[in-house]
Amino acid sequence: MTSKPLFRVLSPASGTDAEPTILQIWFNDQPLSVPGGRSVAAALLAVGIQRFRATPVSGAPRAPYCMMGACFECLVEIDGMPSRQSCLVTVQDGMRIHSQEGARDLPPLSDLNPVENAHGR
Amino acid sequence: MAADTVDVAVIGAGPAGLAAATQAARAGLSVVLLDEQEAVGGQIYRAIERSDAQRRTILGADYVAGAALASEFARSGARYAPNASVWQVTRERTVHYLKDGKVSSFEARRVVLATGALERPFPIPGWTLPGVMTAGAAQILLKSAGEVPAEPAILVGCGPLLYLLGWQYVRAGVPIRALVDTTRHEDRWRAKRHMLSALRAWPYLSKGLQLMRTLREAGVPMHEAADDLRVESGIDEDGSERARALNFSVRGVSHRIEANVILLHQGVVPNTQFTLSLRASHKWDDAQLCFAPVTDQWGELDVPGIFVAGDGSGIGGAQAAETQGKVTALAIAAQLGVIDTAARNRSAAPLLRRLADVMRIRPFLDSLYRPRDENRVPKDEVIVCRCEEVTAGELRSFVKLGCLGPNQAKSFGRCGMGPCQGRLCGLTVTEVIADARSVPPETIGYYRIRPPIKPLTLGELAGE
Repeated sequence: MTSKPLFRVLSPASGTDAEPTILQIWFNDQPLSVPGGRSVAAALLAVGIQRFRATPVSGAPRAPYCMMGACFECLVEIDGMPSRQSCLVTVQDGMRIHSQEGARDLPPLSDLNPVENAHGR
Repeated sequence: MAADTVDVAVIGAGPAGLAAATQAARAGLSVVLLDEQEAVGGQIYRAIERSDAQRRTILGADYVAGAALASEFARSGARYAPNASVWQVTRERTVHYLKDGKVSSFEARRVVLATGALERPFPIPGWTLPGVMTAGAAQILLKSAGEVPAEPAILVGCGPLLYLLGWQYVRAGVPIRALVDTTRHEDRWRAKRHMLSALRAWPYLSKGLQLMRTLREAGVPMHEAADDLRVESGIDEDGSERARALNFSVRGVSHRIEANVILLHQGVVPNTQFTLSLRASHKWDDAQLCFAPVTDQWGELDVPGIFVAGDGSGIGGAQAAETQGKVTALAIAAQLGVIDTAARNRSAAPLLRRLADVMRIRPFLDSLYRPRDENRVPKDEVIVCRCEEVTAGELRSFVKLGCLGPNQAKSFGRCGMGPCQGRLCGLTVTEVIADARSVPPETIGYYRIRPPIKPLTLGELAGE
């Protein structure tokens, strides 16, 4: 699931700068310890998640590209909510995150709730 | 905030938005500043209020300058709505936004769009692979999360932000695999025409020269006048495809450099999503190779009561943006009758002079770092629309079938219809079609942008 991280957190220059708090989250049902105080995208990049989603068209792997909410390459499912921009969401302890595989799944008819995605297919 | 009317709504908390909101609130107007991020600063001053001493040292004095702007805003009396995605501004100045999963709206007597810039698309083979990001994205990781590439990265392209990021990595003690510069030698000569004007913006120019000197002295391997860029893919330990190396040529000699983080940059362009959705007039800027909204000297669009300040009206950088924000606020204060025209003109005069001064560097920068044609109008196999995976070749085949412009390209092959709403392909699509039809980009135009500007679920929409 995880690979060698593409990014690392700079170690504090002195004892006065605090180390980031470590949070426990799940990514694709695997427990992960990630640094807190940052976006979900930044947290995942720092622990070796390289593939955030697969495209709906060809299934090609994608990962964050712009980190500022413009490119939508970092879309993941967070706590059951699909198509979240992981660069705009602050990581929280206990989050359950899934990579977004292709077009997001439609909810089963039994628990159909109004979470349609304006751009989903 | 719903059902309220405010004097001024400002969208975007970068230098232009912070300055406009502060100045308007000080003039006694009721102001709401909405921003998509969790803290003020925009991208240039991202995370300015919570960056520690180490990060400030690495990022440098130009970044730290944003702290004063943020604290003046905090004391200004303007209301601030973070984590608020504005998804529509109407011509009648109703502002619709999404915050904490709930949609709300309010009326504003005046609106300031301060939504800044986006990095220009950099369509080259392999630019969609995991591990390829923009230099701006890497800088946001540094500013907001103190993160740097775990292994030496390659910086590719041209423009001040690329060299600034390199300089910041050097200060952080982070090794750089290579700086692959696409600036052509003929552009270096062409830019010299604007040198005299640029010299009058000497502080900026001298900073740029210092950045380059730092990179050279740090021993960063530099490759100049690189073309024929291609990101090569490899297979990860977990079986997934990702970036493995950058291939390029310098004067016909091929190079291949391995890296798993490849950072692209070829300048920034105005974020025109709102101004386009408002059907304001736009003009093609041949020097900056982008569309920019048409405004008067105060930043007002041809949509009355709606203003643009900062990079969203044409790229000028942080200092220009801050100055424009103040000028716009003065114009609004005069329109709403809290100051008279004479007071507006008196206060604006030094600001407009300062704006002219900081803009003197632009013709030089625009011609020196003009992105290469091949990196804007790519070869057939290159993906143009990342969301729907439409290649330049497919786009050209649409043109052969009679596709005249970006909006028709949507119906020919879903180009520009994914979640990014054309942000990452719009200019490329305009230029590829213009090139294929041999007509100017101005004639081709841009995608028709419609609200919601940010994707919204029907559930969220139904909640209003």
